[in-house]
Amino acid sequence: MAHEHKLEIFRGLWKFKSNTQKIWGVLAFLTLVTTVEVILGIIKPEFLTKTYFLEMKLLNWIFIILTLVKAYYIAWDFMHLRDEKSSLRRAIVWTPIFLVVYLITILLFEATYIYDVFKNGFMAWDF
Amino acid sequence: MDTTATTGTEENVWGGGNKPLGASYGKLMMWFFIVSDALTFSGFLVAYGFSRFKFIETWPIADEVFTHVPFFHGNYPMIYVAFMTFILIMSSVTMVLAVDAGHHMKQKKVIIYMFLTIIGGAIFVGSQAWEWATFIKGDYGALETKGGRVLQFVKADTGDRAAIADFATVLNEDRIANTRDKGVWFNADANTLTSLSLNEVITGFKANPNILIRTEKINEEGEKTLLNREQSLLKLNDAVRVVEGANLVRNEYGSRLFADFFFFITGFHGFHVFSGVVINIIIFFNVILGTYERRGHYEMVEKVGLYWHFVDLVWVFVFTFFYLV
Repeated sequence: MAHEHKLEIFRGLWKFKSNTQKIWGVLAFLTLVTTVEVILGIIKPEFLTKTYFLEMKLLNWIFIILTLVKAYYIAWDFMHLRDEKSSLRRAIVWTPIFLVVYLITILLFEATYIYDVFKNGFMAWDF
Repeated sequence: MDTTATTGTEENVWGGGNKPLGASYGKLMMWFFIVSDALTFSGFLVAYGFSRFKFIETWPIADEVFTHVPFFHGNYPMIYVAFMTFILIMSSVTMVLAVDAGHHMKQKKVIIYMFLTIIGGAIFVGSQAWEWATFIKGDYGALETKGGRVLQFVKADTGDRAAIADFATVLNEDRIANTRDKGVWFNADANTLTSLSLNEVITGFKANPNILIRTEKINEEGEKTLLNREQSLLKLNDAVRVVEGANLVRNEYGSRLFADFFFFITGFHGFHVFSGVVINIIIFFNVILGTYERRGHYEMVEKVGLYWHFVDLVWVFVFTFFYLV
């Protein structure tokens, strides 16, 4: 079996000489992202918690986006999706994304509705 | 492939033997499993999101719950979970290095890296067990109201959380655990006797003007609402029981669903890590025995590697949605 690896990340901005080096590079990047997340989680800068975008705090958007970034590099470089055929990669990635986005949309709308019912439909439920 | 029968017609497009996805049978099946397992975990996490959005104003704040680090006293929110995340990512790295060494048929290196991966997994599972134990034990204790809401205590002068043991008056009264034979089968429970009784906490609260009550409600600053002394004394009348630590029915941190989801999601993930470690150990011994050296390729290492990275991938999401957001 041939094992060619694509040895660049960030769309060619960061090139590596060997697969082993690429692995350490990805580790450095993932550690950096996790550190940023933890630091943001501890200090919680006020302008990020006070600003809302699409009804969610900016800080939470940052967390979710950074998580997806980490997930991308784990799947692409650790699970070698970068080296697979694009048909396999698309089948693996888009199937869950489609289903999960659908589920999130449905359930979070429903939850917000139930929240409104609790808030407006009862004299008190928090007693 | 040794496991595939040859029919002699592979050269034709429809004769079989084509690999349109360029992946072997085993790898493809592992991917099938991972995709379906990813959907299972998504279901759990979205259910968590559902419950959280439903109780968005009263949900516990994670960095007030997970504040402990083993062997250290004090408040270190997130530090330990961050460490666990790093351990898991690190063991993912040693796993890729094992796969890479396997591609180059370097048995010794595969052994070393597989070993390190197993150690990383074991540290993670151990940390999770510790985290569970801390969560179940609880640290401050709280009261529960008739409506099932949790009342926590805060020191008025410093603003720090107050443990019920700090201010409760010990009354040495007779306390009887609820049991089936007392006719209260519906709440018969060996744990009905908490370390302090409701009466002791209430008496202690009334005697100590420095203690205030904090409700579950999150205010505009994103913090739990602190009642003043009069409101606190009034709120105290609603209390029906003492809650210490967490179980599947109630917990001192707030919403009951919070503990349920914590046990369920991190438990299910921990189970995946545990089975990953077991599978890794099996493959590790196969590598030592030279099974893959004789087979001519280390694809099994690659396949368990896929599973192991998936476990790491799931943790990245659990970390975000349980501890950060």
